[in-house]
Amino acid sequence: MKRGSWTHVAALHAFLVVACVFTLYPVLWVIKMALSPTETLSLSANPFPEHVTFEHFTAVLGAHGTKGEWLFGRQLLNSILVSGATTLVGLVLAVSAAYAISRFKFPGKEAGLQSLLITQMFPATLMLVPLYALLEKLHLLDSLSGLVLVYSTSSLPFCVWMLKGYFDTLPRELEEAAIMDGASQWQVFIKVVLPLARPALAVTALFSFMTAWNEFILAATLLNDAARFTLPVALQRYVGEYKTEWGNFAAGALLVSAPVMALFFALQKQLVGGLTTGGVKG
Amino acid sequence: MKQWVLALSLFFSAVSTAAAPPPETLRLWHAYRGAEEDALMSSVRLFTKETGIAVEPLALPYDAFASKLTNGIPHGNGPDVFIFNHERLRNFEHQGLLVSSDGVIDAKAYFPNAVDALQVSGKTYGYPLSLKSLALIINTRLVPVVPSDTRTWVTQMRAISNIAENRYGLAYESGDFYLHAPFLFGFGGELFYPDGRARFDSPGMSGSLAFVKGLQDEHLIPTEASGALVKSLFNDGRVGAVISGPWFVGEIDKAISYRVVRLPFVSETGKPMQPFLGVEAAFVAAHTEHEADAQKLARFLSVGEASVIRAKVGRQVPANVDAYTHPEVRDDPLIASFREAATYATPMPNTLEMAKVWEPMKLALRGVLQGATLPQDAGALADRRYRALNREKPPHANPIPYIIALVLAAVGAVVYVARKSRSTFSFRHRYPDTARALAYVAPATVGLLVLVAVPFTIGIGLAFFHHDAGHYTFVGLANFVDILASRGYRIAEPLSFYFTLAVTILWAFVNVTLHVSIGLGLALLLKDPLLKLRGIFRVLLIVPWAVPNYITAMMWKGMFHRQFGAINGLLVALHLQPISWFTRWSTSFAANVATNTWLGFPFMMVVALGALQSIPQDLYEAAEVDGASKWTQFKRITLPLLRPALLPSVILGTVWTFNMFNIIYLVSGGEPGGSTDILVSEAFRWAFQRNEQYGFAAAYSVLIFFVLYGYSALTKRLTRDSAEVLQ
Repeated sequence: MKRGSWTHVAALHAFLVVACVFTLYPVLWVIKMALSPTETLSLSANPFPEHVTFEHFTAVLGAHGTKGEWLFGRQLLNSILVSGATTLVGLVLAVSAAYAISRFKFPGKEAGLQSLLITQMFPATLMLVPLYALLEKLHLLDSLSGLVLVYSTSSLPFCVWMLKGYFDTLPRELEEAAIMDGASQWQVFIKVVLPLARPALAVTALFSFMTAWNEFILAATLLNDAARFTLPVALQRYVGEYKTEWGNFAAGALLVSAPVMALFFALQKQLVGGLTTGGVKG
Repeated sequence: MKQWVLALSLFFSAVSTAAAPPPETLRLWHAYRGAEEDALMSSVRLFTKETGIAVEPLALPYDAFASKLTNGIPHGNGPDVFIFNHERLRNFEHQGLLVSSDGVIDAKAYFPNAVDALQVSGKTYGYPLSLKSLALIINTRLVPVVPSDTRTWVTQMRAISNIAENRYGLAYESGDFYLHAPFLFGFGGELFYPDGRARFDSPGMSGSLAFVKGLQDEHLIPTEASGALVKSLFNDGRVGAVISGPWFVGEIDKAISYRVVRLPFVSETGKPMQPFLGVEAAFVAAHTEHEADAQKLARFLSVGEASVIRAKVGRQVPANVDAYTHPEVRDDPLIASFREAATYATPMPNTLEMAKVWEPMKLALRGVLQGATLPQDAGALADRRYRALNREKPPHANPIPYIIALVLAAVGAVVYVARKSRSTFSFRHRYPDTARALAYVAPATVGLLVLVAVPFTIGIGLAFFHHDAGHYTFVGLANFVDILASRGYRIAEPLSFYFTLAVTILWAFVNVTLHVSIGLGLALLLKDPLLKLRGIFRVLLIVPWAVPNYITAMMWKGMFHRQFGAINGLLVALHLQPISWFTRWSTSFAANVATNTWLGFPFMMVVALGALQSIPQDLYEAAEVDGASKWTQFKRITLPLLRPALLPSVILGTVWTFNMFNIIYLVSGGEPGGSTDILVSEAFRWAFQRNEQYGFAAAYSVLIFFVLYGYSALTKRLTRDSAEVLQ
């Protein structure tokens, strides 16, 4: 391969640095809002805070309920529980369904796959009214379990498609060899297929987790107790009718985003492989 | 793993049950924050101490409050008592959400106009807590003499204002109709005519709009003032007076000396500038299981010690007459002056029509202030929007033909499937793994059927109904006809289905193009073998994907803020004029696109990175040997091989962008005048902001669905063709 010239390398790095600046500027701006005292907001392009205060963070973290319970802690726990359970339920459902679709022939398979795609095209916000009535019938209003069920099924179509695409790319010979060696179908699935599908599983898990972690419209409508709110609902309170508490909102936004960012960085290697090798091939 | 699941589920149920209130507890919902919330909490504690009845208060985000009430109360899942402004009273009453307070309420305990505001068809609902109306808050150092009429007021403003020094005579949120209303009434405008309908095209309307536009053109008031700007101008001593309510007072800097006075008379008409009077009330919700106790709580909050706490701690103006016999309330100059200002206020009508006035008024007001509409034309513009939003209820349709058609379609589908799958092989032969597959697929299928397919079907069904305050009537295809015939709007006007569709398509196209080209471009750069620190670059460029998209939307909205946004900060640093991003279609649309591009390119970048990895390196080496240039390599090798991997993501990306509600709703909010709304946000407005027209909104959703389905079918066909060509 030809050696790239010095200018080529410089231009390449310069361009990527500029792209990163564009990417990070809004984030820095949020950090600035979270750290600046409310009164000092002014028209300025400087993304670094001029005065630093932690008042917004203490206000967000220190919120207490009427019974003196530590609200932020409760809400963080709720968010973790809901997102964790959503990931678990969603993953179990999606993996088994996707595997069956990829490996077995059964009636209604094609139609089922197509209808999964179709559900993605109906605007989710407008499912709110029917969903509410439905959850009432199931006695799951105002409960975190109701949220988990809705979240895990709503991210299911995308997850099934993605995993099915990945399973399609795995060679069948391995499974056949394992069957020859006397393994049952179930053992093959658990011991051979799942380990091979790790990158795709990671991506699917991340996707389910994010769906649950970020959702607030449904959560705000269904939950009736501040100690049961998830974090995005709590965050929504800073965006008021008459005024937005930018500082508190920014501080809360950083706290809410941090875990997802951490997950992303932990999983980013898998992301490239998992999303694409299978991809969402139609 | 099983044990783990069990532990988790146990933990879950523990959390859910521990948090449920005991049965005798009254549930009280409100949207207060800060001092107002503190005041309510102390009153509630007092109530529990005196009566022994436990109360579980819940503070809700204001945006979610009304929809929680309308969803929760009819299903027995609402509060026992809730606190709301009287403006939506008739709407709530119409939906059967309230229990009357007749027989319990002592009307003489409150100011008469506060009790009047709570009456609907001869019955009283709720207990008035506090009065909210606007007054003039003057900086006494800059404005030593209280202006009595607009002529002297304007002269005063001219003396104070200086655009170069960023000083103004007056500041208020001029784009908000609630704050414009005093001008409208002062200029003799009327909103409602005896037939109960609102009309906007009046001399009072054009007079008041022209007056305000004049103030703005003379730079006597700041342009597009937000609450935050009004506050910071007042606290910096840069503005003579502000128009605001009691809630503003808590935000005034201690160094500023101020007075609260009533708004002046309008010199041209001799009429006082009358603000709206809002009455905050505690309502007893229907379906409460503890009605007597609920009435007791609601009443308790509105009188006696609770109303004194309300004034002292919450800095609200009590509606209870006796509160003013308490020396601390009587001698409080602030409460007294707002109380005086409230006597001149007109109670805000609690009619259903009132809820439909805001959107047309906002359109007219902002149109004039932004210079897009002349003051004399604005009334007609608002009238037209008002008529369009007030959809007549379509006539009831006979469901029988529809049912027959549905049954025929179902039979047809069954026959088609049966014929298609008839084959010489037995079922067992064709599908040998059905039993096994069933075990794998069943859990997901059940979940999807119950929680996705059922709501989906109900959603489609809703499109054939008209919803009005909890009652559904079958109207057949009338909703679709109204939308497709663009009834009420010209075709090329915002809010017409075709205009919105065009905006949506443009939106999806521009975004996906930018996502793909930026994503692919960055992926190619990241693949460059000479790149150092590849991992760090990749991590940094993925960041936007990790930020929840409503947070992205809010933060970009902040960055596009007229007065303290970073984008305008950059423009000023480059010696350019700051831009009002949301007053013109082009800039507003661009703001949406910028936000969505930032948020969406990492996904495409990651997809492209993976796809690039799967291209065999030896192809490039061979091309190199053949002397092909980099560009030829990209065109002949990279692009054709990437296409099959990228296309599904492009289709999915398009579908997602098409329905990207959060960005449109939170960044531009459809401004100006609904012209940047896309189909989903338009549907959302019909469902949740325009008297809950669920049926009409569902019809929109069905049309969105058809558009997307058509698009994906078409692309799939194209892909299949191109795939065949490639092979």
